[in-house]
Amino acid sequence: MGLNGDEAVAYATKQVNPDVVAAYPITPQTIIVERYSEYVADGEVDTEFVAVESEHSALSSCVGASAAGARAFTATAANGLALMWEILYIASSLRLPIVMALVNRALSGPINIHNDHSDGMGARDSGWIQIYCENSQEVYDASIEAWRIAEHLNVQLPVMVCLDGFTLSHTMENVMTLPDEDVKKFIGERPFIEVEGHLGKGEFRLNPELPLTMGPLDLQDFYFEHKLHQVEAMEYALEHIKEIDVEWSDVSGRKYHYVEPYKMKDAEVALIGMGSMVGTIRHVVDELRSEGVKAGMIKLRLFRPFPAKEVKKAVGNLQVLGVMEKAISFGAPASPLLEEIMTAYYHDEKKPMMANYIVGLGGRDVSPKMIREAYDDLLKIKKTGKVKKIMTYVGVRGE
Amino acid sequence: MSERKWQELPKGAVSYKSSKDYKTGDWGVEAPEIDREKCTKCTLCHFYCPEGAIKMREDGYTEVDLDYCKGCGICAKECPVKCIVMVRKSG
Repeated sequence: MGLNGDEAVAYATKQVNPDVVAAYPITPQTIIVERYSEYVADGEVDTEFVAVESEHSALSSCVGASAAGARAFTATAANGLALMWEILYIASSLRLPIVMALVNRALSGPINIHNDHSDGMGARDSGWIQIYCENSQEVYDASIEAWRIAEHLNVQLPVMVCLDGFTLSHTMENVMTLPDEDVKKFIGERPFIEVEGHLGKGEFRLNPELPLTMGPLDLQDFYFEHKLHQVEAMEYALEHIKEIDVEWSDVSGRKYHYVEPYKMKDAEVALIGMGSMVGTIRHVVDELRSEGVKAGMIKLRLFRPFPAKEVKKAVGNLQVLGVMEKAISFGAPASPLLEEIMTAYYHDEKKPMMANYIVGLGGRDVSPKMIREAYDDLLKIKKTGKVKKIMTYVGVRGE
Repeated sequence: MSERKWQELPKGAVSYKSSKDYKTGDWGVEAPEIDREKCTKCTLCHFYCPEGAIKMREDGYTEVDLDYCKGCGICAKECPVKCIVMVRKSG
């Protein structure tokens, strides 16, 4: 059916039929909240829709609902995510399997409503799993898979499904959907881990029959240990998301990977990136190939946990790798993604030369011409054997 | 510090002990001392104690439970006959 990215989130979530949706509308995520409130008004779901007064309250409501044992969903973008900041960390440290659609938008200021990844990258240390989608089909699929990932007994972490504002959220595409029963069967019921409370062992949820203390004061004597629980959960996630991808492929016929290489086998130069722009990069790779240039590209679908092993496998024997990213970490030596990849390679003797290309901030179109400029630069690096400039801002007046 | 390793702790920072198991009395720098010669058994200290750490005895006097007394001194301040003094804890 014809769905834009936001509608794909809303439709998938309707099929999941979570107990609670608490969300506040913000461009470009608004369509999700609009569609979902229509589903509620039309009686198509059993969800309790909480019309909150802010994003801080939206995620707080989800925390409460999830702690009580409900499936809780929210959606936001940019400044809405910024207002959730405090609760992001609380949701992940309390190990609540909340699912959120993050419609990536540039953080103000100056105020801007269009796409880049500054919101998602800012939240990369919040303990949430992050999946970046290339198109509406991936958005639909990830919006269902996310529940299984979040609720896996070894994982128990919240998941952000990231989709590019407007480029995906407002662009109608043909999306293959599954019948409601198949989705229902795939996600099943929310499972609970067993924890030891002060009155004994029981399911990890608020239950008057067996009261638990959640979110207690956690000072010098325990906080550090609880952080290791989150580290371990991310390691487990890296292991189990693969299995859930396989299960999803059995149901849907669509198989996803953490890292998806394109024409990498004999590639001499390649770009790696996330989100909708990878479609344009793939198009440019085809053009370059027809001109005899051995170009390749790597799409990164999973950013948290970071699949270092899979990235290296996709890079293989490549000589020059360009990292194309829609985010800046001000004052940092490079963009978040390049730093992750370089860190992963630091101890390796064999590694590609790497350069950073910042594109599309504030929704500036990432055109094939800009991507070609990056490939031209990568070819120059390959020829000279030197990275003269690590960071390049592509498509900026005066650069 | 707990003897438990991080792997053995309940997930989600769930508290596996009751609040009664946390002997918060060791936070205190000072502890109240009641002079029962002067005490009139008015029991105001019992009602004022924010921790509920001052209990009433059968004989009508009050007694401080040092396992939970944080040494705030409210009892000494409020005692109408000034029979409670705060004494610095040793060690």
